[in-house]
Amino acid sequence: MKNRKIKGLFAFLTRDVYLARLITLMALWMIFMAVFKFDSFYSVINFQTMASQFPEYGLMALGIMLCMITGGIDLSVVGVANFASIITGMILKMMVDPNGKLPLIGIPAAILGGLLIGAAAGALNGLLISKVKIPPILCTLGSYELFTGIAILFTKGKAISGFPDAYSATISGKLFSVIPMQLVFFVIMAAVLAFLLNRTTYGTKLYMLGTNMKAAKFSGLKTDRLLIKTYMLSGVCAALGGVVMLANYNSARADYGTVYTLQCVLIVVLGGVSTIGGKGRISGVVLAICVLQMLSSGLNRFPQVSSFFIPLIWGGVLIIIMILNHFTENKKIKSPKVVLQALKSPKM
Amino acid sequence: MPQILKKLTQRNEFYIFLVILALSFVIELRSGQFFTPNNIVDLASAMIVPGLFAIGTFMVIVSGGIDVSFPALASLSVYATTSTLFDLKYTGNMWLPIVMSLGIGALLGAVNGILIAAFNLPPLIVTLGTSSLFRGFMLGVLGATQMPVIPKGMSTFGTSALFIAKNATSGLTSRMPVAIIALVVVLVIAYFFLYHTMLGRGIYAIGGNEASAYRAGFNVRQIKFLLYVAVGVISSLAGLIRVCMMTQDHPTNMLGMEMMIIAGVVLGGTAITGGAGSLTGCMLGTALIVIVQNSLILLGVPTFWQGFFLGMLILIGTGVSASQVMRSSNVSKMKKTRRAS
Repeated sequence: MKNRKIKGLFAFLTRDVYLARLITLMALWMIFMAVFKFDSFYSVINFQTMASQFPEYGLMALGIMLCMITGGIDLSVVGVANFASIITGMILKMMVDPNGKLPLIGIPAAILGGLLIGAAAGALNGLLISKVKIPPILCTLGSYELFTGIAILFTKGKAISGFPDAYSATISGKLFSVIPMQLVFFVIMAAVLAFLLNRTTYGTKLYMLGTNMKAAKFSGLKTDRLLIKTYMLSGVCAALGGVVMLANYNSARADYGTVYTLQCVLIVVLGGVSTIGGKGRISGVVLAICVLQMLSSGLNRFPQVSSFFIPLIWGGVLIIIMILNHFTENKKIKSPKVVLQALKSPKM
Repeated sequence: MPQILKKLTQRNEFYIFLVILALSFVIELRSGQFFTPNNIVDLASAMIVPGLFAIGTFMVIVSGGIDVSFPALASLSVYATTSTLFDLKYTGNMWLPIVMSLGIGALLGAVNGILIAAFNLPPLIVTLGTSSLFRGFMLGVLGATQMPVIPKGMSTFGTSALFIAKNATSGLTSRMPVAIIALVVVLVIAYFFLYHTMLGRGIYAIGGNEASAYRAGFNVRQIKFLLYVAVGVISSLAGLIRVCMMTQDHPTNMLGMEMMIIAGVVLGGTAITGGAGSLTGCMLGTALIVIVQNSLILLGVPTFWQGFFLGMLILIGTGVSASQVMRSSNVSKMKKTRRAS
């Protein structure tokens, strides 16, 4: 029985190269950290800190993953997140009564407001991509600029802060005083998306759309509606990331987290999502998020290594993984016809 | 004459030009300051660095690729050059810095080129990765910090003027930097290269259809590799000029420019899928962005409207060109079916 289980695990790992690679990377890093910095890395506090840090960008990465499965990309997530966090913050400030108390409904209402903004922003992206047929990369690049611009208009370029403490205390608090609330948000969202992708027709349609847009259209899928839904979901993910960001920083500004765009695309590619669409699993992306958070948190334990090395390592890891993919995937290509097809490289 | 007009109205560049014209007249009407000599010279000098970046980006986009690493690449090569020369107490003229930074730029461009051409990896992801890599190398390994002083030769180059324009009414003067010559030279070389050499035509061919270009006998990999090297060189030149003109080196100051430059190139009618676009359009699109960035103040619009306007501009510009592509493909389809029946 036990033997079969191990065999099954082994078969699973060899079937999915991306997951196997990420698990190996994570294991190696964990061993490395255990050897050199056991005490400071393997502590409850460190893991709690990590779990409260990654949901910010993890949520945005989940949104990008959805869009990339359809063959598109969403570069506007950071803009949406900042916009949503500013709106959430403004609603919070409005709800405070003269005594400085926040009514019970205040926090859910503010979060809901932020999520609605995210959905609306995503719907705009989806509409422009599906109906006006702007290439996703350009459309979301422009809308990033637009959402950031609107956010600047709302705040006049300044940071807004001074929210009631209850908000930050709730969102960056701990469930059962162990599990950070941010992690709970992330897990819920990831679970919902995993359910959507693996257990519903929406997920199946999404993969089909990403594999071949034309075939999907001719087999009767409402591709436009599907795209709009997907970008809306991505917007909601990003907005939730913004809500978490608001709690973590206890302030909101139009230009927070600008490095997250690149970071999220990197995570999604590391997680094994194909940039031309149709392929990718939520487990890979979640694992990639964990690996990267462990890498950067682990590096912070070495004071002699400046934190500026983190982008260097991330970029290096991304490129090495891509080269590895190139070699593993090229083994399958044999006939010259396929080579010629492969030469027509994927366009974003 | 009507034929020329018809040809003109079919081109994207014509509409961008009209938009620029309309915008400048609105600004002129509101402020009376747009068509003054010093404002024009200011705009031209603000155009140098984005213009150079745009030429590189334009070539990559025409080839069907994309490069988001050029600000990081330029920052790294320029920082490496300036800090080494500064440590060596270099006092000579401009040529050594130019050769050094362009050399480093070519090397870094070759990294992109190898990854994209030899391994056939998607350009967006590769350049996202190398962008992170270059930035990390500059800040981590080189330990880049702000350099308030740069070698003398470089700062004199950056501040020397070709001529000085004076505003008769307000008495304000503006210098036309010597560096504008670099933009003109690169533009001429790029024009000759793209339209009169086989390599340049190959870039368009690859952007149109890579498999067809390969079948037609173009050495696709070689062209792609050389292209990314060229982009590295042009971007480094732009970075160097920017540092010289500011007479100090903020290593992270250029990062984040990539979105704006790509937006300008695409606004100028370059197809993001590759194969179509003109240098004229690319320059006009970049000029439009530069004008929006520099002249909104003249209109009395507070600066925090900038992002909003730029975003709208990108979305409307790309939306219009996307719907044009859609319509033209529909028309050709209709013609085909009519002929068939």
